[in-house]
Amino acid sequence: MSVPVRTLFFAAYRDRLGVSELSIDLPSGSTVADLVNELRGRGAPFDMLPEKPAVAINQIYSFLDEPLTTGDEVAFIPPVAGG
Amino acid sequence: MIFTEVSSDPIDTAALLARVGSDEDGAALLFIGVVRDHAEGRKVKGMRYDAYSEMATEVLREIALEASIPLGTDRIAVAHRFGELKIGEISVCIAVSSPHRAEAYEASRFVIEEIKKRLPVWKKEYYVDGVSEWVEGTTPPGTGIENSTHAVPLTDEGLT
Repeated sequence: MSVPVRTLFFAAYRDRLGVSELSIDLPSGSTVADLVNELRGRGAPFDMLPEKPAVAINQIYSFLDEPLTTGDEVAFIPPVAGG
Repeated sequence: MIFTEVSSDPIDTAALLARVGSDEDGAALLFIGVVRDHAEGRKVKGMRYDAYSEMATEVLREIALEASIPLGTDRIAVAHRFGELKIGEISVCIAVSSPHRAEAYEASRFVIEEIKKRLPVWKKEYYVDGVSEWVEGTTPPGTGIENSTHAVPLTDEGLT
């Protein structure tokens, strides 16, 4: 059983990674922290992601220990600077 | 009625102001955020705003709803723009109205400060010397992440 999720990268993250979106299959029971580890474990350039990035799950700011379910949209949120 | 919009279209300030106001209101305020030509001593020639637009629309609506409580009216209209903006172009506009001015000033200020804290929007400054850089931001609340843990390389020297 795997949990497919969609990850989104914005602004500085997107520039650094050269990608705005990735689909990733995670083992069931995975949390956001597991997703971060999976990505960082791929090495450069993904290891530029912070160990503890701010994220939003399905467009709601969320904690890293949040479990993921099939089809979740996980956005990596660099420090925001609107206005 | 609360109105919020996150769009790449230019902001029509008069139309936004026309969304607020009523016979009860003695005060209407329009805040306009504009791209300026300098940042921390460097000359800026333009700005690029990125937005997580679906989420930003929702977050902007939450901010406006929160602002409406002390304001005492639901007459708030907020627009935030994304995309490439030149000097003098409008990036954000907030219209509010209320029976008395104090509540209107407070609500307008609340909306812009909360936008800076938690709207999923980012801006990159393009300097006249050809360098560009993402503006250092704020980690939004609700993520359990301290500001100091963010070690994002923000300099984009070499990118065009």
